[in-house]
Amino acid sequence: MPIVVNGTAYPLPEDPRVSLLDHLREHIGLTGTKLGCNQGACGACTVIVDGMRVLSCLTLAVQADGCQVRTIEGLASEDGALHPLQNAFIAHDGFQCGYCTPGQICSAIAMVEELQRGDPSYVTANLAEGPNGAMRQEIRERMSGNLCRCGAHNGIVDAIEEMLCGDAA
Amino acid sequence: MRMFDYRRATERTEALAIAAREQARYLAGGTNLVDLMRQNIEAPAALVDVSRLPATIEERGGHLLIGAAARNSVVAAHPVVRARYPMLSRALLAGASAQIRNMATVGGNILQRTRCAYFYDVAGSRCNKREPGAGCDAIGGFNRYHAIFGTSEHCIATHPSDMCVALAALDARVHLVGPDGERSVPMLDFHRLPGETPQIETVLRPSELITAIELVPSAAAANSAYRKVRDRSSYAFALVSVAAGMEIVDGKIADVRIALGGVAPKPWRAARAEDILRGQAPARERFLLAAEAELAAAKPLYGNAFKTELAKRTIAAVLGELLGELNGANA
Repeated sequence: MPIVVNGTAYPLPEDPRVSLLDHLREHIGLTGTKLGCNQGACGACTVIVDGMRVLSCLTLAVQADGCQVRTIEGLASEDGALHPLQNAFIAHDGFQCGYCTPGQICSAIAMVEELQRGDPSYVTANLAEGPNGAMRQEIRERMSGNLCRCGAHNGIVDAIEEMLCGDAA
Repeated sequence: MRMFDYRRATERTEALAIAAREQARYLAGGTNLVDLMRQNIEAPAALVDVSRLPATIEERGGHLLIGAAARNSVVAAHPVVRARYPMLSRALLAGASAQIRNMATVGGNILQRTRCAYFYDVAGSRCNKREPGAGCDAIGGFNRYHAIFGTSEHCIATHPSDMCVALAALDARVHLVGPDGERSVPMLDFHRLPGETPQIETVLRPSELITAIELVPSAAAANSAYRKVRDRSSYAFALVSVAAGMEIVDGKIADVRIALGGVAPKPWRAARAEDILRGQAPARERFLLAAEAELAAAKPLYGNAFKTELAKRTIAAVLGELLGELNGANA
């Protein structure tokens, strides 16, 4: 089976050592997903596979056989309008060098679904109830797998909070 | 990374047959194994992908059976785990990041290897786990993150899993299948202490596959917590962690479970502290005394001596928190 990236099917690599990250960047030519630490420590390579955010550097491309992959290139609408979260990142200075940004944005988009499902995090006060209030704390904990070396974390949290709450302040 | 043969198994018998024939390593989420292969610490000739084997979470005879391929994030969010085994949910949520929890599986997490920096430093350090007989550069090195219980002169590495600490406190069983059939092993007996063979980390036999873990409900499991103390408040391995559960009947501690992470080469069950507490009236001073008795057996090094005090205080704090919740519920 092929791998489907942003709606288009691509063949899998023959060499099983190729990571999903390298396959996206080097073979398919989608260089929006970034290579950071290549050992699962920074989150720059985050993509969404079958609705779940994962690290493409620790995924072998062959493991994603038959899966639906969504990358930063697949977020804008067909007419080129940016995803609301991309606009929010711009509005809130959610980046400086921009290197971690694609991973941050993919991570945040999948995170919203986790919140909407009611999945708890380590900081969720009541496990049975699920996330309830303390949204900024929840965002920080849930986004802790994405590191920004410029220190744009406050702008990133602001952008995500705006998308979640529709608060343009 | 060295070349390997990759095969995906769609059922258990197929996985076992491939593993036996090709001496393949099992690959599930890959969050540890792929990294170790990239660092040239592990170099299997073949991988058999078991990530699409059963991942179901089901109650059977009141027990909870969690398929080995279940993702850590799915287990942590499962309503039964949240309600009846909260320490397990919290422990899973304390581990790694959301992306990694989405990939990592229960079976793989049990087999996660140490994060000792000397184990990872292939080019520059001696490590008896990587190369038996080579020596250990952690002993006498930077050992802030290393073990204070269960070590030997050959290895002082810690087991990194948070989940396994909760499973140890819960008396979970690990279900296995191998060429000789099925068996199950208590979580507490699954990992081995290093002794003279630190490269042998578990009781797994060749080609044997983890198929599920089994949890037994109890009042102590339902009233439980997991606290992880680390250098930053998320996405870091534990300096010390505590999984604890407690049941109070008629003002006495009827059941108490305490396990520690970050302090030993395996999840460390604090049996001595439990013995002191069982049957006694719960009180903060007594929690601290029990913790002190447990930590009296610790053998700290110069870099990690702080863990002794940290573990004492964390045990007492978590038991205090559980008592507070019980009192709150009874009020």
